[in-house]
Amino acid sequence: MAVEKTMANHDMESRKPAGNSGLPDSAQNSTKERCKDPAKLASLAREVRKDILRMLVEAKSGHTAGPLGMVEVFTALYYACINHDPKNPQWDGRDRVILSNGHICPVHYAVLAEAGYFPREELLTLRKLGSRLQGHPHRGALPGIENSSGPLGQGLAQACGVALAARLDKKQFRTIALLSDGEHDEGSTWEAVMFAAKYKLDNLVAIVDRNFIQIDGDTETIMPLEPFADKYRAFGWNVIEIDGNDFTQIISAYEKARTVKGKPTVIIAKIIPGKGVKMFENNYKWHGKTPSADEAKAAIAEIDSK
Amino acid sequence: MVTINKDAKLAADVLNVAEKSATRDGAGKGLLEAGGKNPNVVALAADLSESVRTHLFEQKFPERFFQVGVAEQNLAGVAAGLGMSGKTAFIGSFAAFSPGRNFDQIRVAVCYNNSDVKILGSHTGLTVGEDGATHQMMEDIAMMRVLPNMKVVVPSDSNEARKAVLAAANDYGPYYIRLTREKVPTYTTPDTPFEVGKAIELCEGKDIAIFGCGTVAYDCLKAAYELEKHGISASVYDFHTVKPIDKETIIRSARKTGLIMTVEEHQVAAGFGSAVCEVVSESHPCRVVRHGMYDSFGESGTSKDLLKKYKLDTAGIVGKALEAVKGKA
Repeated sequence: MAVEKTMANHDMESRKPAGNSGLPDSAQNSTKERCKDPAKLASLAREVRKDILRMLVEAKSGHTAGPLGMVEVFTALYYACINHDPKNPQWDGRDRVILSNGHICPVHYAVLAEAGYFPREELLTLRKLGSRLQGHPHRGALPGIENSSGPLGQGLAQACGVALAARLDKKQFRTIALLSDGEHDEGSTWEAVMFAAKYKLDNLVAIVDRNFIQIDGDTETIMPLEPFADKYRAFGWNVIEIDGNDFTQIISAYEKARTVKGKPTVIIAKIIPGKGVKMFENNYKWHGKTPSADEAKAAIAEIDSK
Repeated sequence: MVTINKDAKLAADVLNVAEKSATRDGAGKGLLEAGGKNPNVVALAADLSESVRTHLFEQKFPERFFQVGVAEQNLAGVAAGLGMSGKTAFIGSFAAFSPGRNFDQIRVAVCYNNSDVKILGSHTGLTVGEDGATHQMMEDIAMMRVLPNMKVVVPSDSNEARKAVLAAANDYGPYYIRLTREKVPTYTTPDTPFEVGKAIELCEGKDIAIFGCGTVAYDCLKAAYELEKHGISASVYDFHTVKPIDKETIIRSARKTGLIMTVEEHQVAAGFGSAVCEVVSESHPCRVVRHGMYDSFGESGTSKDLLKKYKLDTAGIVGKALEAVKGKA
């Protein structure tokens, strides 16, 4: 597939190789070289945020607030938490990351590329004809993508199935379901919440992007979810509430979840939607639109200034 | 004289078959066998395990059986996750709920993922009977046959349902197997050849080709004997696979008889008959008469009374075929 514009057009080539910026070289990243240093992770997160903005500008459609908000969660997962091997995406022992709210895929794609699953240059093909980076992810299209997603309320059920299969086969991998708060409006999400508790899926951890926005407005206006944590507790889950933009809290919650037996764990990650760029932060209007080239330029400058 | 296709190895004295069984029973047996042959076969139910006969699997392989409760969306979603992780996941419910309720999950989690999920949709058609229109699913073929990666099989008796389940278990990817509640004559035998995508010729004729989809196939065969009394020679096919459709048989029949009639307990719009029309109109145009439900819901009643009222019993099929032949230019 032709990549018509290279990353160089968007000032990405300039930071490769990443030696002096302290970035790990993609090709050498693997689970054997975990990075739990919050400063290094923050540096990675800045690069991921800039990649997301460049992708969105180039794609001219997509979602801004969700992907930017979840940068810390995805970066922490792939660099500090899960077992995986970017050079062997189908490695049987890998932890399975099931993204349910597929519309935030730019952050998933950007972190996968950063981690070495595919060339970073390819990020700019997002949403274009022939691209492996579909507007909503497609299983099998791109290394590292475990499931197709887009229609909300489907991911947790699939993650339950994956976790069940692991148990049947006595495999040790963990299944991580990434959910949005808005998709808890879907009854099907709660069907899966009940199921995971019934089958005591302690090899499953759900991480909810609790950013309090959805496309039509604030979650508590559109369809109130609170008391959100209490609902999960009442449904038989172990609940951990964290600041989802804080690496230390994400990593610690993930490790704590691993130790809980007999019930699934949900990490309710309070997220600032649009995190990292003041103009986008906490404003639902940035849920489903993309910045102009000028807005992105200013946003990238803002990220660089931090 | 109606000449039965010997290669179909149908039951002896095929017009007077005493043995009766429902296609859901055959599917339940097939699932049990598939479970015995392959430890990666799992089954899930949504509070209808006995009705869909997945309880047989549950009793034999409890560790591989999962009960999701009245939650068909979750049924398909969990199965999709299992099917993406090396399992062959059979899900069973009434077709009115699966695929009736969970089309989105089947479209995306099952088909777009190309997960190894087999959907057993029971209680289809008028023969559901007394439960009435809500439970008489007659739009499911339409829903399932348009999905990429999906295969659609509609067994005509219990033996065929067993074979369909075994075939699906051995073929990676999504399947929809359409089943029925009512006991019907088991007119095929264990030896009747079964291949997904290949219609079975039951008898040969030259005036009209009748394609029966589902348990009505047997009534189509009986109709051929009645039509003979009217001097009409009909070929009859058990058209058990809607997708992939058997183009070769359709085109050959169109060439030979110039008149095709399709019969199904399903809306004539977008169902099996429409699938036949698509092939005929593109490859060898000829008249196709679609018989089934004409843009209407069913109602309560006995299976027998309903089939009679909606002209989907032998006499109804004969009447429709006579009209079709009269209308033949």
